[in-house]
Amino acid sequence: MASSPSVSRRGFMVGAAGLTFGVAACLPHSVGVAQAAVPSKQAVLSPWVTLSTDGTVSIVSPAAEMGQGSFTSLPLIIAEDLDADWAKVRVVVAPPDDKLYANPNFGYMYTASSNAVLAYYTPLRRFGAQVRRVLLDNAARHWNVPVAELTTAPNVVIHEKSGRRLDYGAIAAFAVVPEKAPEVKEEELKPSSQFRLIGKDVMRIDMPHKVNGTAQYSIDVQTPGMLYGAILRAPVEGAAPDQVNDAKAHAIAGIVKIVRLPYGVGVIAKTSWAAFAGKKALEVTWTRDGKAWGFDSDKGSEDYAAAARNPQVPVQTWVTQGDVPQALQNAATVLEADYGCGFMYHGQMEPLNAVASVSPKGDKVEIWVGVQSKTIAVTVAADALGIAPDKVVLHDMLMGGGFGRRGHRDEEFVHDAVVLSNAVKKPVKMMWTREDDVRNGRFYPLSAHYLRGGLDASGKLVALHHRKACDQVTAFQDPVRYQQIKGRDTIAFANLDMKWYAIPNRLAEGVPQDNGVRSSTLRGVANLSNAFATESFIDELARKGGIDPAAFRRSLVADSPRSLALIDAVTRMSQWDRKRTDTALGIGFENYSNTLIAEVAEVSVDRRTGAIRVHDIWVAIDPGIAVQPDSVLAQTEGSVVWGLGFALSEHISIKDGVVQQVNFSDYHVPRMNEIPEIHIELIATEVHPSGVGQMAMPLVAPVIGNAVAALTGVRLRQAPMTRDRVLAALKA
Amino acid sequence: MAISFKVNGRAVDVNAPPDTPLLWVLREELKLPGTKFGCGVGQCGACMVHVDGDRTFSCQAPVAAVAHRSVTTIEGLSAHSDHPVQKAWLAERVPQCGYCQSGQIMSAAALLKDHPHPTRAQIVEYMSTNICRCGTYPRIVRAIERAARES
Repeated sequence: MASSPSVSRRGFMVGAAGLTFGVAACLPHSVGVAQAAVPSKQAVLSPWVTLSTDGTVSIVSPAAEMGQGSFTSLPLIIAEDLDADWAKVRVVVAPPDDKLYANPNFGYMYTASSNAVLAYYTPLRRFGAQVRRVLLDNAARHWNVPVAELTTAPNVVIHEKSGRRLDYGAIAAFAVVPEKAPEVKEEELKPSSQFRLIGKDVMRIDMPHKVNGTAQYSIDVQTPGMLYGAILRAPVEGAAPDQVNDAKAHAIAGIVKIVRLPYGVGVIAKTSWAAFAGKKALEVTWTRDGKAWGFDSDKGSEDYAAAARNPQVPVQTWVTQGDVPQALQNAATVLEADYGCGFMYHGQMEPLNAVASVSPKGDKVEIWVGVQSKTIAVTVAADALGIAPDKVVLHDMLMGGGFGRRGHRDEEFVHDAVVLSNAVKKPVKMMWTREDDVRNGRFYPLSAHYLRGGLDASGKLVALHHRKACDQVTAFQDPVRYQQIKGRDTIAFANLDMKWYAIPNRLAEGVPQDNGVRSSTLRGVANLSNAFATESFIDELARKGGIDPAAFRRSLVADSPRSLALIDAVTRMSQWDRKRTDTALGIGFENYSNTLIAEVAEVSVDRRTGAIRVHDIWVAIDPGIAVQPDSVLAQTEGSVVWGLGFALSEHISIKDGVVQQVNFSDYHVPRMNEIPEIHIELIATEVHPSGVGQMAMPLVAPVIGNAVAALTGVRLRQAPMTRDRVLAALKA
Repeated sequence: MAISFKVNGRAVDVNAPPDTPLLWVLREELKLPGTKFGCGVGQCGACMVHVDGDRTFSCQAPVAAVAHRSVTTIEGLSAHSDHPVQKAWLAERVPQCGYCQSGQIMSAAALLKDHPHPTRAQIVEYMSTNICRCGTYPRIVRAIERAARES
């Protein structure tokens, strides 16, 4: 992309925050989003910033874009402390390079867990400030004035004393970049009172391309001579094709090749329609290898519930504080309860796919894909061919939704594309149909929760015991990370204990389950099922103690002014104290990775059909500094919609190890006519930003359940709270 | 035998088998990938186009069924991304991942053609054919209301 070939990594790195020459030479094109200009002369000021003599500031964005807005918000953070003119900023997709661009919280390039702004915020501010310092030093030398006399305005260095100004672009023409990055202390970063960009909405860079069909996802890629591929994968993880009859498939016009794989059968054709038809025409029987054969999700729910309650099963202790058994013995009131959550499917709108083009000798490959970790994608492609990672060229594409599905350690859809391309040594676009995407889904895990709580005579919560039986997730999704975290499966078991509530005695235990079903992180992660259990249970405890559920929660966060402010906001927004007739309210509160959130739902119940209607949801959210406030709102709206699906309708069932749902016809994601009015109040306290990508999701199910309990006196204990379950609970 | 129809005002002849869904002909043969594949069974609306002005699931329409008819895709909705619906979509900052939005916009444009001033209930009913997994529904409603107001 850069015109000069001389700038390829001839410089030096100074720590992670170092300035270096030359990295921009390998920046790939960002397809479908704003392109960096290709200036004739440019100064590469750091791995993050390249300055052109025309004033264009190219800033690298290290996170993957799947609609959450990181592609805009992360470079904007650099631009803030660099004091760049946003109108002159061109954002460039980071190349796959963990050394330079890893997410600091993961150690590799991985966009997940609402961690992009959270983890990159301070490093990016410092990188921006360092580049600004280099520009100031250059201007000081140029004018022969003390650097302390210089200030900046967007894209310009100013010497107030003499009234002189130097545009950033002018400095690029003579900039000398030091070997060692200048040191910038955190207290030297721009005070938030002087922010020009952070906290003020800009148009998301990818957005204009998303209203006219020009945004490019990997499924849209077409390369010369490209073929189309489909794969019939084994219905159960670990199973292999046994008998394969592909005669009917071969008879279909346009079929190029049929490939037997260890885990399925691939079809390569001249059009995708022919490839799909060929896949459909395959007659394949499967070996019974794989653990999930025989597994039934209904029975699994019962088994997990029994395991969660069984004092004899081995447990992993996640949190222990005080003495829960003793405190429960001394409590004036003890309550116990069971909750359960089902499998959930990601259902990202773009079915999984990738394009791969393996060289004729099989020693190189180009891939086009949207993934949550592009360095993993490179590794997967290299491993599929047994070649070195530097023989892989990755074209990073937008993702038509991620939600945790596109970042597993094996990124199996990338592997699929590479093996099909390798079979014909031609470019192949490998696409899963929606049916493949459901059937080969990797699901939010099944869980059962056993809870015990103790109140003292005054109604104060003195002890909480939460024991969760849950499919292990990390072991399947990411064996590398599983090793690193030494078998502590945070995706399944984090945040069991409601640490944001002042409870003197607490015990949180995990009972890992392995039924062989493919499992995955998914928006909301462990908090999703945990919050359904714990926030429902907190409500039960409040009612048992005869205390208003909002007041009960206030008493549990009495030492946290930020938390109290949110509960006060959401009760004010929802007119919590106003009496309703045919509807009722339910409340919940959570600290999700330092983002504080309070929600209230107003519901009614059709006692004839069991249908829950959610009329309104009020959300008060405090994510710290809101880098892009409108993105916070957008993510919160989306999280509420996801929460509704989890709460009411989304349900994967498994019989004999095989997924029973087929498509959106029988896997019911929320549609517009099912969503409530969503009211959001953003209360951005001036502290380090925390995540926003999923934080409103976990509370949706419990606030709905709490509202149903307030309305009917009946407690719903299984998510999703389907009509059948509501009817059964009302009758019981 | 070639099938002739119009796409975005341009006459085309395609050689796909007649039962091929219009979606795949648009995306692959005619290289108009703005129309998206989401479910293949008419459940999600990502593939929505206009055929003679009426919204149509292109994954459900065999290409033979549009012979001699006029198809409009997202690429042809306006010359400069300036259809009132597109402008409203940006003003309300609707898209997140963006994958479903071509279909959403084509649905919304069809709604406003038939009902220039739809009620909120009409919007919700009409648009419930289209899934947005990111959950942009509140913004879609606001954008359609804005487009109705401003066009």
